[in-house]
Amino acid sequence: MTTDWEFLAPLLWEAAGQTAYMVVIALLVGGFLGLALGLGLYLTRPGNLLQSKVVFAVLNIAVNVVRPVPFIIFLVALGPLTRAVIGRTIGIEAFTFAMAFMATFVFARLVEQNLVSIDPGVVEAARAMGASPLRIVRTVLVPEALAPLILGYTFLFVGVLDMSAIGGYLGAGGLGDFAIVQGYRQYDWAVTAVVVVIIVLIVQAVQWLGNTLARRALRR
Amino acid sequence: MSPATSAVIRFENAAKVFPGRGRGAQVRAVDGVTLDIREGEIFGVIGQSGAGKSTLVRLINALERTTSGDVVVDGVSLASLSEARLRPVRAGIGMVFQQFNLLSSRTVAGNVAYPLEVAGWPRARREARVAELLEFVGLADKAKVYPSTLSGGQKQRVGIARALATNPRILLADEATSALDPETTRDVLDLLQRVNRELGITVVVITHEMDVVRSVCHRVAVMDRGRVVEVGESYQVFSAPRHDVTRRFVATALRDRPSPDVLARLRRRHAGHIVTVGVDEVAGSSAVLTRTLREHGVDGTVVYGGITEVAERPYGSLTVELVGDPAAVEGAVAALRRVTWVDDHGRADA
Repeated sequence: MTTDWEFLAPLLWEAAGQTAYMVVIALLVGGFLGLALGLGLYLTRPGNLLQSKVVFAVLNIAVNVVRPVPFIIFLVALGPLTRAVIGRTIGIEAFTFAMAFMATFVFARLVEQNLVSIDPGVVEAARAMGASPLRIVRTVLVPEALAPLILGYTFLFVGVLDMSAIGGYLGAGGLGDFAIVQGYRQYDWAVTAVVVVIIVLIVQAVQWLGNTLARRALRR
Repeated sequence: MSPATSAVIRFENAAKVFPGRGRGAQVRAVDGVTLDIREGEIFGVIGQSGAGKSTLVRLINALERTTSGDVVVDGVSLASLSEARLRPVRAGIGMVFQQFNLLSSRTVAGNVAYPLEVAGWPRARREARVAELLEFVGLADKAKVYPSTLSGGQKQRVGIARALATNPRILLADEATSALDPETTRDVLDLLQRVNRELGITVVVITHEMDVVRSVCHRVAVMDRGRVVEVGESYQVFSAPRHDVTRRFVATALRDRPSPDVLARLRRRHAGHIVTVGVDEVAGSSAVLTRTLREHGVDGTVVYGGITEVAERPYGSLTVELVGDPAAVEGAVAALRRVTWVDDHGRADA
């Protein structure tokens, strides 16, 4: 069996575009909201700058509830909320909404874990110099944890790319969908293999970028 | 101690209670401390770890808030201030830490500039001030390097430069030399003395090292389990310790006093009555000791001890075996007690 690449190439191109759309939006939204939620977790932790047992418990439970749910089930469970926000439960927008939602909670935990490793003495020193909590977040917490945060964000990228693979489930398309529809279901192993190679190459490139940026951020 | 009008920091029955884990597990880290720290002095707070001295110093810049009582800094009562209104107070008090607490993501110059940024200094003034400070602490050539490349002593100099950046009137040093080797400790202590003498800044030194108090502190408070058990001129406190904790401190720091082990060995070697007698500039020299023993017809042999200096004055103790008529020995001990402190270890067979 020969693969008709002339027919498949535009479809592959389109699938790559869909994956890029999903991944970029989920990374941007999830990165921003996840950073905020992670900072919230860290700051409200007992003994920290804005400690609050209640807020911390609520955030912590929310993260613990959302994160372990398998994404394919999460997609369905989130349906009502997706409909309320996006207007429908299928299609690339609905799927991307669910991705961004999950990415937020995944990244929140990564951010919190990286911030916890910051020496509390440095935060105390900033407080002793009269810095406000917001300034401490901006000038101490984020810069001091920048390298692990970059690595965590790289990790999030891989996770988000992984989520995007089941886009076909909600009719969102993407590389994963292409590999299944044009490869697996056509018994065309070559197509699946090409998609796997493409994904591996993307992950390698992003990981290399992440490592390089993290190393530069360390400078110590 | 008279309530000096020049008190720049005043603790008024200040207490700090931490909730602790479990029911009834409260920790009274600072337990009703009343204390004046005077303008322009180097004031030491000494105590074992867990004595509450780190918490005490954090009450001064309200990193910890009093649970009851108050701390008055420069006439401002801290207990009444909100967190936001405390920030300018903190900015006027420099602090250096045992572990330096420098920002690893900033250069040396960036670290020193940090408090100036917080205080809203414009860039040009910041840069001039940073250069001036690095000059003062002798690190002008290190402005552009990251803290990880510095030695412990250099890091602490950066910490001190940073603490002095906004021209504070008070500098808090929390175990500032405890992570340093003896030689570097000396350098950092010299720097703290310069800060005090040349800039007129009141320095509060927290330490568990007798040597630190001995060499730089004008006055000292001894803390034990959250309370100040003794306070006064460094020399007074250490030459005539009134509290057990102070004595133990001085003993472990100077090693001129026999430990129970040493005492047991001394007993095996010497059958007579063994006493440890304080030596200071009043009861001073062993001449007083010799004369007193002679007057009572008692023979004395020095078996242990040492005499050194505190605040450039003689200080130490001698452990002496006394041989003679029991009544005469008792008389001699009583006479010595009138001029100095005496630890009576008794006789081996007593």
